[in-house]
Amino acid sequence: MQYMLLIYSAEGSGPQPGTPEFGPFMQGYMDFTEKVKTEGKFVAGDALQPIATATTLSIRDGKTDMMDGPFAETKEQLGGYYLLDCTDLDEALNYAAMIPTATYGRIEVRPLIIWDN
Amino acid sequence: MLPPHSLQQAIEKTVRDEWGRILAALVKTLGDFQLAEDSLQDAVISAMQHWQTYGLPRSPAAWLITTARRKAIDRLRRDQNFNSKQAEISYLLDLEHQAGDAFQPELIPDKRLEMIFTCCHPALEEKTRVALTLRTLGGLTTEEIAAAFLDRPDAMAQRLVRAKKKIALAGIPYQVPDHLVLPERLSSVLGVLYLIFNAGYTGGVGETPVRSDLTDEAIRLTRIICELLPDEPEVGGLLALMLLHDSRRFSRGDANGNLVPLELQNRKRWDVSKITEGAALLEDILPKQRVGPYQVQAAISALHAQSASWEETDWPQIEALYQMLYRMQPTPVVYINLAVAVSYARSTDVALTMLDAVADDGRLNRYQPFFAAKADVLSRAGNPRAAKACFQTAIDLATNSFERQFLQQKILSLDEAE
Repeated sequence: MQYMLLIYSAEGSGPQPGTPEFGPFMQGYMDFTEKVKTEGKFVAGDALQPIATATTLSIRDGKTDMMDGPFAETKEQLGGYYLLDCTDLDEALNYAAMIPTATYGRIEVRPLIIWDN
Repeated sequence: MLPPHSLQQAIEKTVRDEWGRILAALVKTLGDFQLAEDSLQDAVISAMQHWQTYGLPRSPAAWLITTARRKAIDRLRRDQNFNSKQAEISYLLDLEHQAGDAFQPELIPDKRLEMIFTCCHPALEEKTRVALTLRTLGGLTTEEIAAAFLDRPDAMAQRLVRAKKKIALAGIPYQVPDHLVLPERLSSVLGVLYLIFNAGYTGGVGETPVRSDLTDEAIRLTRIICELLPDEPEVGGLLALMLLHDSRRFSRGDANGNLVPLELQNRKRWDVSKITEGAALLEDILPKQRVGPYQVQAAISALHAQSASWEETDWPQIEALYQMLYRMQPTPVVYINLAVAVSYARSTDVALTMLDAVADDGRLNRYQPFFAAKADVLSRAGNPRAAKACFQTAIDLATNSFERQFLQQKILSLDEAE
């Protein structure tokens, strides 16, 4: 099964660039990416630009509406994701717990729909 | 145990006893929770008809699992996606040929342990874990579970359907977790079993203050887990705790439907066989030196159970055990119990100092047991006026009429003493 691991945290929380904690923190991400690649679980993974760059679009009654900002202004924002191929939820949760942001943000684990045709 | 009154009851009991084991095995073969449960339900309906006519088969479990597999094949054939299910059908037919009539119940693989870890997976809501465990391993009907938790049957049915969907779609596995996460997962399983027990132990009304269907079921399931995981002392600790509490089943309520506190219970009505079994379990487990909260609580319960009277209780030992429990679980409930133990082991003054020290704690200043405990210590400290005020606060915070009646009685007896 493929699982999307969505990484949420409040922007500005966690180790910031220029602080001594930032280096080891990024190293943690590089190690994790390396690990899931070596173990054959990695499908995709990316970090997102801050929410200030987000634009939200919707079409209602044929009219396109655009909004500056994310869909919902919440405390914690989607900051990146991993797409992993795991045997079951327990394995996916096990990897989710290794993502550095898990210690101060949250990781949402969602299985992907597999289309039959 | 008394013999069943009728064949109908014998059938119901057999189905209830075998349900969890058969369903767990079916889920493992079919890989589909809903299909397994529906097919077993079909098989039970057939059993009711056949067994009424021909009597119980030599091995009811084997009969049920074979029939349930045939029902699963029927269901898969009726399914709109017939073609995509061919593989499953031929697999089931193969199993059928292998099994034949010589199918023995002891050959049904026991997958109940895998199943309880699935049902109690932390990815499910706690109430869902409880309901799913009772339905899947306990074989309780949706209506019975709904009644136990004061839910509407259709709401409970929906909850169970959603849970089975989530298990399938999210890929919650049917397996005993590996040793790295086992302690955490096991604690979820034990938490669910203890919730079921407590729902029964405190959920009764009137002259039957204990719902023994739930307490018995919790004990039965814990026994199974205890046999399947003999190296986990907290499982035995929980079983001992349940047995020791349950030994007081018949002395917890009086004829008027009031709760009787431990202090005033008729100890002659305590069930000696349950006390003996619980205490023996603890004697086996405690030397393993892997003490956890359930073992400590069971040890406290055993001290009460083995004491000839309230006055002769070994309070210093109980205080020491509550100290140990508080280090493991620093919760308000444990703190209050610790203070009460101190009031007997040392003095009411020390206990009052302890209670006053936390009076500003936001978790406690609206908590009924805190005021009831403090009032009780105050009355023993010779301060009836302050005690009555405290009992009154507890009455205002009480959530049910039993508690209110009980506390009101306390105030009356203080009035009489004056």
